[in-house]
Amino acid sequence: MSASSSPAAEATATRSVAELKQIAAQVRRDIVRMVHAVNSGHPGGSLGCTDLLVALYFKVMKHHPEPFDMNGVGQDLFFLSNGHISPVFYSVLARSGYFPVSELSTFRKLNSRLQGHPATHEHLPGVRVASGSLGQGLSVATGAAQAKKLNGDDRTVFVLMGDGELQEGQVWEAAMYAPHHKVDNLIAVVDRNGQQIDGPTDKIGGLGDLRAKFEAFNWEVLEANGNDLEQLLPALEDAQARLGKGKPVMILMDTQMGYGVDFMMGSHKWHGVAPNDEQLEKALQQLSVEKASDY
Amino acid sequence: MKDFPYTEKKDTRSGFGAGLHELGQTNPNVVALCADLIGSLKMDAFVKDFPERFFQVGIAEANMMGLAAGLTIGGKIPFTGTFANFSTGRVYDQIRQSIAYSGKNVKICASHAGVTLGEDGATHQILEDIGLMKMLPHMTVINPCDYNQTKAATIAIADYEGPVYLRFGRPVVPVFTPADQKFEIGKAVMLNEGTDVSIFATGHLVWKAILAGKLLAEKGINAEIINIHTIKPLDAEAVLTSARKTRCVVTAEEHQMNGGLGDSIAQLLAREEPLPLEMVAVNDSFGESGTPEQLMEKYGLNEQAIVAAVEKVMARRK
Repeated sequence: MSASSSPAAEATATRSVAELKQIAAQVRRDIVRMVHAVNSGHPGGSLGCTDLLVALYFKVMKHHPEPFDMNGVGQDLFFLSNGHISPVFYSVLARSGYFPVSELSTFRKLNSRLQGHPATHEHLPGVRVASGSLGQGLSVATGAAQAKKLNGDDRTVFVLMGDGELQEGQVWEAAMYAPHHKVDNLIAVVDRNGQQIDGPTDKIGGLGDLRAKFEAFNWEVLEANGNDLEQLLPALEDAQARLGKGKPVMILMDTQMGYGVDFMMGSHKWHGVAPNDEQLEKALQQLSVEKASDY
Repeated sequence: MKDFPYTEKKDTRSGFGAGLHELGQTNPNVVALCADLIGSLKMDAFVKDFPERFFQVGIAEANMMGLAAGLTIGGKIPFTGTFANFSTGRVYDQIRQSIAYSGKNVKICASHAGVTLGEDGATHQILEDIGLMKMLPHMTVINPCDYNQTKAATIAIADYEGPVYLRFGRPVVPVFTPADQKFEIGKAVMLNEGTDVSIFATGHLVWKAILAGKLLAEKGINAEIINIHTIKPLDAEAVLTSARKTRCVVTAEEHQMNGGLGDSIAQLLAREEPLPLEMVAVNDSFGESGTPEQLMEKYGLNEQAIVAAVEKVMARRK
C-alpha cells in the first residue's frame, strides 16, 4: 500500500464505524499472521487493543505518516508504553501509511526495523521512543505533552499502558506529576484486560479501584468499552472534550485479551504465545473482511 | 613542570549552573529539569530567569528521565539535574531504554559524584557512574576538572546531538583552566609535556595530578600530564601518542577501578600497545562519611597516591 492511497491520508472525520471495523479485522489478521510467522510475539493484548489503535490512527488523531517527523509539531502523538503489543502497533502504522505493509513480514526477524518491541534505533517511521521495559511511557508522553505546550502546539498526546504495567512505580511518579503540572493536553489509556503473564491482575498485583486511585491523583477519569467501537469512539470524543481544563485525562478501557479470536479471548495464556498452523487457520476464519489485503 | 596559577577555588557544580544559565540566554530550546535539588545543582539562576523552561519534578528521578526523553520530541534540549547516584544507578533502565537506545538528545547532569560528596556517606557517593554510563552504546561521558571547564562543557554539550552524561562535584577546587578555553568533546587536553611517565587524569584528580607532577619534578621525574575530560569517546590518539613516548602509564580518577577511565585506557593499551599501567582509583570498595580531604587520602586519591603509582609503574617499565 503506498502512502498516497493510505487510509490515513483520506479524510478521517467521515470514516464510518463499519469501515473502521473492516480495518480492525484486517489489523487482527495481520497480528495473528505476524506472530505465527515467527512463532513468537504477543497476540493477546494486541488483539484486545486493536479497536483503540484503529480508532486513534484512522479516525481520531490528526497525524501525517509521510514524511515521518519525529518532533510531530502540529500533530497528535501516540506512545505505546506496553511495547510488547508491537504487532498491533506495527500493523496500524503500516496500514495508515507510515511504512509499506509488506514490511510486516519482517517482524522479529534479523535486520528488521520491526523489532520484537518497538524501537527508534532502526528508524521505523511512526515510533518515537523505545518501549518494552514497562512503566516508562507515561513519563515520556507527559514530557512530549509539555514540549507541545512550550511550542504553542495545541495538539494532543495519547499514551497506552497495560493494566499489569501499573505495578511499576514509575507510572505513579508520572501520575502524580502530570496533574500537578496541569498537563491537560494528555490522554492516557489503561488497557484493563485484567490479565498478566502469571495470571489475573487481581490475584497477582491488586490494582484495586483504579478510578478512585487516579481521581485521588487529580486526573479526569472516564471508563470505556475498548472492544466496541460504537462505545469507544464517543468515549474518545468525551476524553478530548475534557482536555484543556487543567487536568490530564485517563481512560480506563475494558478489553478482552485476544478479542476477535474466540479461543484466545479472556485468558492470560495467549499473552505471549503464537498460534500454530491449525490455530492460525481457525483465527483467520473468524477474522473475515470483505476485501482481505493480507501482506 | 609547568606552573598552573590560580586566583580562586570554586566548585565544578557552580560551573554547571553558570553554563546552564548562559544557555538559557542563548538557546531557546534548552530546558531544565530537577529532582528537588535546585540549590545543590546550582540551578537557581536558570530557575529564576527561565521559569517557563524549568520543570520541578520532585523526588521522582525515573519520571524525570522519561519526561526528558519526551521533551526532546518537539525539539527541546533537556538538561536533567540531580546527584550522580540518582542520575545513573537509580534510573539505569530509564536511561537505557527511553534515552540511550532511543537516541534522545538528553543531557544528564550529575553533581556530588564520588567520595568528595563527603559526610553524607556511601549511600550518596557513587563511584560506579562512569562505568554504568560508558557501557551504554552511543552515550558520551564527560568529567570536567574545574569550574571553567565544567561551564564550557555544559555549553558545548547543548550543541552536540545525542545523549550525554556530564559528571561534576561538590568541593571547591582551584580554577586553573583558561576561562576562554574551547571545550572539545572527545579531545584530551595536554597540560604538561613530559618524557618519563604519562599521567591521564579526569575530574577532581586532574588538579591532584598537577600537584603530583610538582612532587615528581622535585625527584627529577618529568611527567606528562593529560586531562581526559571525555572518557567516552576516549581520545585514543592522544593516549597512544603519549604512552608510546613515555612507555608507562598512570590513570587517576575519583571512581572505581572497574569501569572507569583506567579501565578504558587499559583496554586501549592492551589492544594497541601493551605497556605497564597503574590505576589511582577506588579498589572495589564503597566510600564512607568524612571530609572530602580525609576521604581522598583514605581511599588513595591524592597526589601522594599518584606519586607512588608513578614510581611503581616506572619500576615496571622495560
